[in-house]
Amino acid sequence: MHKNTLRTILPIISVTSFLALWTIYVHTAEVSAFVLPPPDAIVVALFEMVQTRELWDHALVTVIEAVSGFLIAVTLGVSLGFIMARVPPVEWAAKPFIVLMQLIPKIALAPLFILWFGFGLESKIFIAAALAFFPVFSNALQAFKSIEPGDKDVFTMLQANPVQRFFLLDLPNALPVVLTGAEVAVVLAMIGAIVGEFIGGNEGLGYLAVAHLQNLAVPELFGVIVILAMVGLVLYTLIGRLRTWFSPWHVSTGVA
Amino acid sequence: MPFDSNAMEKEVSVSGLTKIFGDGDTAVTAIANADLALVPGEFVSLLGPSGCGKTTLLRIIAGLEAPTEGAVEVRGQSIWNGKTRSTAATRPVSMMFQEPRLFPWFSVLDNVALPLRVARVDAKTRRERAARICETVGLKDFLHHRPTALSGGMRQRASLARALVTDPQVLLLDEPFGALDAMTRDSLNLELMQVCARAKVTTMLVTHSISEAAFLSDRVVVLAPRPARITDIIEMPFDRPRDLDLQQSTQFQSMVGRLRRALSEGA
Repeated sequence: MHKNTLRTILPIISVTSFLALWTIYVHTAEVSAFVLPPPDAIVVALFEMVQTRELWDHALVTVIEAVSGFLIAVTLGVSLGFIMARVPPVEWAAKPFIVLMQLIPKIALAPLFILWFGFGLESKIFIAAALAFFPVFSNALQAFKSIEPGDKDVFTMLQANPVQRFFLLDLPNALPVVLTGAEVAVVLAMIGAIVGEFIGGNEGLGYLAVAHLQNLAVPELFGVIVILAMVGLVLYTLIGRLRTWFSPWHVSTGVA
Repeated sequence: MPFDSNAMEKEVSVSGLTKIFGDGDTAVTAIANADLALVPGEFVSLLGPSGCGKTTLLRIIAGLEAPTEGAVEVRGQSIWNGKTRSTAATRPVSMMFQEPRLFPWFSVLDNVALPLRVARVDAKTRRERAARICETVGLKDFLHHRPTALSGGMRQRASLARALVTDPQVLLLDEPFGALDAMTRDSLNLELMQVCARAKVTTMLVTHSISEAAFLSDRVVVLAPRPARITDIIEMPFDRPRDLDLQQSTQFQSMVGRLRRALSEGA
């Protein structure tokens, strides 16, 4: 068979057989529908959910939290990364905090953030930002440090001022690596927002998941997970697109 | 004497130049007490083996490396005030490096136009000027390509175009064609000579190729390592314009022989 046809057909076959096995297992092994509902029950629940206003309101809240947290993380991560790359004493001074912050599982900070910033959007935004910060920051620090001396010489010869050098050399040079960090960060921001919603508050997809669990509405719980995966996919794809858009020259994008 | 530096205006002058890297027991003298002067429009090569400090000398003139002692003047203005480079004095100086140093986020045209962009020339004018200079170095059909899509020779053409786009008075070349194959190198050298003559730019080339130095230069400055110093300055008495056939002539061969002897005496 032709290679391309195989590439289209094989994923369809694998997904269908997975769903078929799941269905058979649920019906033959006498698993309680409370523990593992069959795929068709999830599809039905999902279909009903997407027609309600409620789901989209909750989804919007989660997206706002994750995206705001992500944007804070990118702004802070890129500027701190740049400053520390340019002024090494700042990095030396900040080093103990960076190491400490990296060692703390950031999720553990979530209850503290609820305590500090309340049950509203703010605490979730900060949790999302705390999780998303490191991949952006560490990639930005590395990227801004790895400017070749010869490239700097070109800009010195051109008598470029620091602002010109930043926008014409440092930033475009760092962008592919920074955006790779951002791809990881956007997924972490989603996790941060959901964990925040688990702990406190009455909005968002994380809250909805917990609410369905308490009502033992398991197909709906699965439905929320599917929606969360979709939202994550959209955000991740968006950042990936941004990377191809901003750095089409880079080897990682595969376009010459 | 066409190059009597006392009688003519000096475009570049280097006096008592010394560069020492490090200090104490680990100090290395990269250049010891170098004196040199170039007249406007002259093509001078710095010829010597690796480690003779020729690139360091060029970088000090360019304002990229501070001298330990001595002075460098371009058109009467000091490049260095102590350890600080003078931006005004280095303005007429342009430099081309060993590697093309083109930026992959710009097209060939935007790379060539970069010096004008930094100098705040408006977009339309800088595109026109960059396109014109690209045409003279044979890049007309590659303006909108990315530099990564070009061959090594084409990249160095773009790099040369970028160095010339600001109409510099002094052009510093740090072994720009060293990494290219012999055939590409020959044709680029020929074009370099024509472009430099047309632009009437004073050129200083760092090279370790004897025949390249002899072919391109009005004068060849011979350097020796340990301690790095200027041992001889030899005039190349060939008429201009020159072509590749010159390299077959006995006169050329004897000059190459003379340069080789000067190099081995210094070492």
